[in-house]
Amino acid sequence: MAVQEEKLICRNVWKIFGSGAREFLVASGGSPELDALGKSGLVGAVRGVNLGVRAGEIFVIMGLSGSGKSTLVRCLSRLIEPTSGEIIFNGENLLAASDARMIEIRRHQMGMVFQNFALLPHLTVLANVAFPLEVQGVDRAAREARAQKMIELVGLAGRERFFPRELSGGQQQRVGIARSLAVEPELWFLDEPFSALDPLIRREMQDEFIRLQSVLKKTIVFITHDFDEAIRLADRIAIMKDGAIVQAGTPEELVMQPADAYVAAFTRNVAKAKVLRAASVMKSTSTAAGPTVSHRTTIADAATQFAPGFDVLAVEDETGKTIGALHRADVVDVLMRG
Amino acid sequence: MESSRRISIIGWAVALTAFVLLWKFGEPVAKWAFDYPKAWIIPAARWISNALKWLLNDATFGLFTFTQLTRFIAAVVDVPYRAALSLLSTGLLSGQGSSAIQLLPPLSWISVIAIVGMIGHYAGGWRLALFAAGCFLFLAIFGQWNSAMVTLASILVAAPIGVIGGLLLGLAAYRWAQFEKALMPLLDLMQTIPVFAYLVPILFLFGFGPTAAIVATVIYAMPPMTRITILALRGVPSEVQELGHMIGCTRRQMTWRVMVPSARDSLMVGVNQVIMLSLNMVIIASMIGAGGLGFDVLAALRRLDIGAGLLAGLAIVALAVALDRLSQAMALKMGDFHADTGNKSFIARYPYLFVALLVIVATAVLGLAIPAIQTYPQTMTIASGTAIGRAVEWINVNYFDTLEAIKNTMLLNVLVPFKRFLGGLPWLGVTGLLAYAGWRLGGLRLALLVAVLAFLIAATGQWEKAMITVYLCGVSVVIAALIGIPIGIVSAERKQLWRVVQAIIDTLQTLPSFVYLMPAVMLFRVGDFTAMLAVVAYAIAPAIRYTALGLQKVEPRLIEAGRAMGCTKWQLLTKIKLKLALPDIMLGINQTIMFALSMLVITALVGTRDLGQEVYIALTKADTGRGLVAGLAVAFIAIIADRLIAAGAARTKIRLGLQ
Repeated sequence: MAVQEEKLICRNVWKIFGSGAREFLVASGGSPELDALGKSGLVGAVRGVNLGVRAGEIFVIMGLSGSGKSTLVRCLSRLIEPTSGEIIFNGENLLAASDARMIEIRRHQMGMVFQNFALLPHLTVLANVAFPLEVQGVDRAAREARAQKMIELVGLAGRERFFPRELSGGQQQRVGIARSLAVEPELWFLDEPFSALDPLIRREMQDEFIRLQSVLKKTIVFITHDFDEAIRLADRIAIMKDGAIVQAGTPEELVMQPADAYVAAFTRNVAKAKVLRAASVMKSTSTAAGPTVSHRTTIADAATQFAPGFDVLAVEDETGKTIGALHRADVVDVLMRG
Repeated sequence: MESSRRISIIGWAVALTAFVLLWKFGEPVAKWAFDYPKAWIIPAARWISNALKWLLNDATFGLFTFTQLTRFIAAVVDVPYRAALSLLSTGLLSGQGSSAIQLLPPLSWISVIAIVGMIGHYAGGWRLALFAAGCFLFLAIFGQWNSAMVTLASILVAAPIGVIGGLLLGLAAYRWAQFEKALMPLLDLMQTIPVFAYLVPILFLFGFGPTAAIVATVIYAMPPMTRITILALRGVPSEVQELGHMIGCTRRQMTWRVMVPSARDSLMVGVNQVIMLSLNMVIIASMIGAGGLGFDVLAALRRLDIGAGLLAGLAIVALAVALDRLSQAMALKMGDFHADTGNKSFIARYPYLFVALLVIVATAVLGLAIPAIQTYPQTMTIASGTAIGRAVEWINVNYFDTLEAIKNTMLLNVLVPFKRFLGGLPWLGVTGLLAYAGWRLGGLRLALLVAVLAFLIAATGQWEKAMITVYLCGVSVVIAALIGIPIGIVSAERKQLWRVVQAIIDTLQTLPSFVYLMPAVMLFRVGDFTAMLAVVAYAIAPAIRYTALGLQKVEPRLIEAGRAMGCTKWQLLTKIKLKLALPDIMLGINQTIMFALSMLVITALVGTRDLGQEVYIALTKADTGRGLVAGLAVAFIAIIADRLIAAGAARTKIRLGLQ
């Protein structure tokens, strides 16, 4: 797998709530302990977070409520001013950017989807989706044409003149997604986008999201409290607890080598076959006979591809080059482990 | 818990004992604790009068003087007022005074009713259309049309100014915390100082006339809009605000494209409030030159023509009820339209506007030939004024003894003894006791605030009059609570009944306060008892409302738990529901006190001897200082009561774990 360039880098970011937070941070040598913070009446919402989000990947930040994931994503977009650290977006430190520059960046390079949709109640679906462009001063015909395209993309064609309250939760979030995509952002933040939806709708929206991403190939930071959702969607996952990142890695790494008991508690009940991908179970070889699967296919999906009479699947990379062979016995072994 | 409770009881016992000792035995020793010595009185009234004189004569901004500024504001406000008046009442005039020639007639009565009906239809369908048009038809039939249109014109100017001003102040307070801190006490004062108190300075600064009346109305009607704006903006979900930031809104876009539209539903409540308060001011504003219905009521009251006064009062009610229902329906409607901007013709796009224009032009043209279409013919009006007057006369002739007996019993057994009791209390003791209550309920800050305010009332030489205000207010509030709370309890659980009660108290609250005075005066003439009746009638609505809402809010699970334990209905009510609803009931009483105080000032017209009378006398003598000082004393009483009760309610809430 080729290492892609990192689009968004977050270096030693701290966010401490309370008065005198900055002074306290400096006085304690830049990395105070959780207890020390608590004793001073401060809340360490984000503590020394380092991460890099690569271009075109889905980076999921997973944590339970109060773990600081929402604060972290707001620090990344500078909706909340971090207490210290650096946030580098396309090589530019966002924390050093002027207000005018931030407006410029947000208008053209970032999009965000909110947990409770954040639709403007007085605007129609069309006007809501066109709103970011309206704010930029794009003329009416152009912005409505673009909005129309986005509405079709998320499958809401025909509802342009509806008002948000006339839509179901799932439909409202589709509007939120369409709106965040209207400006063609390079970096797409999704803050628990499906948490407010019913489980069935949630599943449907996840599939929809996977479909969209296969077309759009955005760089995505996705926040969730649902580990299954994280596993399903993520290229890489960072697990947060008490404001710090406990472990970051691919779903496979997390499931196969949990860093501590906290991570293990999440991964224990995850079916390995649904996480492990062909690339990590295959035997490397440049020639293999049999049906082909992508190296990113999960073992559970690959298992259905074994045609009668074949004990081997050929594993390809993105370019279509064969990189390995997946053996029936190995697959069965993974499936049996649960 | 148990020990802290004991300490609290001991503390109260000590404080009360000290108070009683001072009251019973202190007089010979410390006379000054009872009658605030004249020599110590702060001459605040003179200071204020002098300050106003300075503002009027000497204050200058360099290029122009302060008076020029206020006169300029008056001139600016006059422009839309003249326009509204021309449209509704006088027509477009050329020239001055009686030599003026009418260039264009005003809107015909038919077209005004049609427009009102169409607004009703747009906002709430046929029922509302008929209702609103009916209210306006009432104005025409009972010969109140002209005055009503003058009043409507001033409302049409005052309400938008109040809404926009309140909105801007609210936005500023929302953005700058410092500004909010400075603004809040000012709003408290604006809402608690009786209007009479600031009529005189307004008169001096803006001159006698409708524009001064509009200024006074705006000052009175704006504070709730400001408060509602702040609350509404705070109520916008943080995500919506974040959305605004994420799509790169500038500050201005954030305010006008994201925050204000998102808060629109709550803001419309404020608009309704401004309209209702403006109407409430109609009669008072007529004292400084607003014509129209308010002037008719006042003039009728002055010549004791009950019938005419009541009729004009009813006309205000009709106007108030119609505008209230219309603005409420519009508020609901606002969030409910489909913006369909296809390429349609003018008629299809604006059907209401088209019909309205049609009616206006048609009636104007026809009106040239048939005057009855332009102006409602006088011969068709019903002069029921005299009939009402006769009915009242009949009641007074036949039931005079009964009415007198009721009045005298109340006066002798309740009002007078209570008045004597309060009048005999030492100001020092009362101030101390209030401070102690403040300390127990809200800590040192509250204690200090309460003590300073109470002391200032004494120090400006108004203790005696303030006690009369407290006595009238107290008696009225107790009676209002004794009637209102049981009504609230009874109707809280009966849906049908509650709907009826709610409709009644909603209507009661839309009535201008003067309206309450009239029937009371008719039956019991002037005096404390009449004042009390009017105050009770005006102030009972919040007591009922808060009690019922408080009871309805009690967790159903707790009631179920009580039932499961085998509570009787009575136990359920007294041991669970009323206990949990207590904070709400306290807030209801708080509102009742505020309503009572605002009504009390108006009852000065029927000859009470309290602070309200002091304000009113100052108004007739155009004595700014005297009026404002007495007005501030009323405000202080209101603030003391409000803060103490609010602190008590908050403590109860915490104790019950409701917060």
